[in-house]
Amino acid sequence: MFRLGIALAIALLGALALAQTRRYNVGREATPDEIRARDISVSPGGSGLPPGRGTPKEGRLVYQTKCSSCHGDRGQGSQYYPALAGGRGTLATDKPLLTVGSYWPYSTTVWDYIHRTMPYQEPGTLTADETYCVTAYILYLNEIIRQDQEMNEKTLPTVRMPNRDGFVPDARPDVKSKSKKR
Amino acid sequence: MKRSDLSRRAFLTTASATVGAAAIPSVGLPQQLGTPRRAYGERSPFEKSSRYFRESATPASGSSRTPLQDLFGIITPSALHYEVHHSGVPQIDPRHHEVMVHGLVERPLVFTMEDLHRFPSVSRIHFLECAGNSAGEQIGRPGADPQRSHGLLSCSEWTGVPLRTLLEEAGLKPSASWIVAEGSDAGRLARSIPLEKALDDVLVAYGQNGEALRPEQGYPVRLVVPGWEGNVNIKWLGRLHVVDQPYMTPYETASYTDLMPDGKARQFTFVMEAKSVITRPTGGQKLPSPGFYEITGLAWSGRGRITRVEVSTNGGASWGDAQLNEPVLSKALTRFCLPWSWDGKETSLQSRCTDETGYLQPTRDELLTVRGVNATDHYNGIKPWYVHTDGKVSHV
Repeated sequence: MFRLGIALAIALLGALALAQTRRYNVGREATPDEIRARDISVSPGGSGLPPGRGTPKEGRLVYQTKCSSCHGDRGQGSQYYPALAGGRGTLATDKPLLTVGSYWPYSTTVWDYIHRTMPYQEPGTLTADETYCVTAYILYLNEIIRQDQEMNEKTLPTVRMPNRDGFVPDARPDVKSKSKKR
Repeated sequence: MKRSDLSRRAFLTTASATVGAAAIPSVGLPQQLGTPRRAYGERSPFEKSSRYFRESATPASGSSRTPLQDLFGIITPSALHYEVHHSGVPQIDPRHHEVMVHGLVERPLVFTMEDLHRFPSVSRIHFLECAGNSAGEQIGRPGADPQRSHGLLSCSEWTGVPLRTLLEEAGLKPSASWIVAEGSDAGRLARSIPLEKALDDVLVAYGQNGEALRPEQGYPVRLVVPGWEGNVNIKWLGRLHVVDQPYMTPYETASYTDLMPDGKARQFTFVMEAKSVITRPTGGQKLPSPGFYEITGLAWSGRGRITRVEVSTNGGASWGDAQLNEPVLSKALTRFCLPWSWDGKETSLQSRCTDETGYLQPTRDELLTVRGVNATDHYNGIKPWYVHTDGKVSHV
C-alpha cells in the first residue's frame, strides 16, 4: 500500500533492536485495567469494538434526538455541518459531495468517530449500543445496509463501504515545474 | 483624557514657551516616570498585530491565522501561533496529566510530565503548517494579505523528548509498524503515523520558544512531526498506541486526503512541499513613493532545507536570487530578502523556492494541471502580489 519495501525492513530491524531492556527506567508500567479504560481506538478490522448492538430502525430515534439538529433529518447536513449521506457517483465531478456513503472507506471509522467525538457538544457520551444504532442508521441512510440489519462488534467490520477501493498512496513529488532554473 | 492631564499639558506648553530658546528641545522624550516592572511581559500598547479568524460553526471549532506580514525573522511569537481546533482548547492541569504508551510493546508505560522532563531533551526549530493552508489560492479566491493567504503557518523552537526515546523505553515488538497518537481534547483527536517517521525525528514536546507550550498549542505536551501536515502534530498528547496498521481515523480518510480528477483520493499525503510567500511589500500595504524597498518573505519545505529562493519583480519575466538569512534550518521557516528599487510603474512581485531535494515550487497552473480542482489541501503554488501605480499592493 505504501512504499513500504525498504521502509518496513528498516522499521522491523529497528524494532528488533529496540526490544531491549529499559535504559532510563523513568515512568511506571501501565496496568491492564487502565489500558482498558483509556484505549478507545478501533482498527479497520474491528479490534477494539466493545460488545453491543443496534439496527437502523432503533437508530432513527437516537439520531433524531442527538444528531439531526446539525446533520439534518436524513443526513443531508446544514450550513456548518457536513452531510452524512448522498454523493455517490460525484467523486470524479467538479462538485464532489464527500459523505460517509460516497467517500469513507471503512465502517469502523464511522463507529469510532461517533463514539469519541459525537454529539459535538457532548463528546463521548453515547453508550456502545447507541453508537451501534446511530452507525447503523447512517449506513442505512446511505443504502449500505437494510433497515432491520443488526450492527454489532462482529457484523460492523464486515460491512464493505462503497468507496473502499477509492484511495491511492501519496504520488508526490508529482508536479515538475517547467520554469527554467535560471 | 482626564482634566488633570489637560492642565498638566497646558502647563508644560506654557512653561516651554516661556523658557523659550534657552531650553533644550524635549519633543518626544518622556517627562513623567514610566510604568513599574511586570512579572510577565507584555508588548507595547502601540503594537496591534493579532491572529485573524472568521466566525465558525461553534466557538470550539475553526482556525486562526498568523499575521505573517507583521513578523520579523523566522520565529512566530507563541501568542500569534496559528490555531486549528476541532473540539476546543482543553485546560489541562499538568500535575494530573499522563502520556500512556501501549499496544505492541514489551512494557506498556505511563509517563507523568515530571517523568518526561527527566529524559534527555532536545530543542529544534520547525514550522507547522495546516494541510489546508492557502486552499483559497487553489480554488481561485486568493487571500488579500499573507495572513489570509498563508497564515495557517507558524514556526517555533520546540523542546522535548525524541519520541524514539519513549518507544525504546517501552520496547517495540517486531510486528509494530504504525503508532496511533491521541489527544486529550474533548474529541480525542487521533492520527496514525508510520513507525519509520516516529523513530526518525518526531518530538514529544513540552516547550515552545523557551517556555511551556501555550494551551492553544497543546499544553502540557504535544507531538511535533517535522515537515508533516499540522493535523498529525497531535496536541494535548495523552496516548501513543503502537499498532501494526493505520487505524483509518476520519482525519486520514474523510479529510486531509486529496481527491484527484479520476475520483480516486491520495491518502497519507503527510509532507508539506516547498513553498514561499513575500511578506513585505505585500497585499494590504502601500508603498509611499517610488524608491528603495527591501523585498522579504518566508520559504519552507517539509523535505528539508531551503537551498534557493528566487524573486521576480516583473511578473515572472525574469528571476533573481534572494539572499537567505541565517539560520537556514531543515523543516523550518527560512527568511529571504532582496533589495529592490520601485520605479513607480505597475508590476507584480512573486517568489519561488527550491529545497535540498532539488524540488522547485510550481505555479498554480502547473499544480492544477496535475491534480485537478478538487484537491484543495497541500497546495503550494507560487503567490503573486500586484503593485499598482498609486503604491497600493494587492492580491488582484
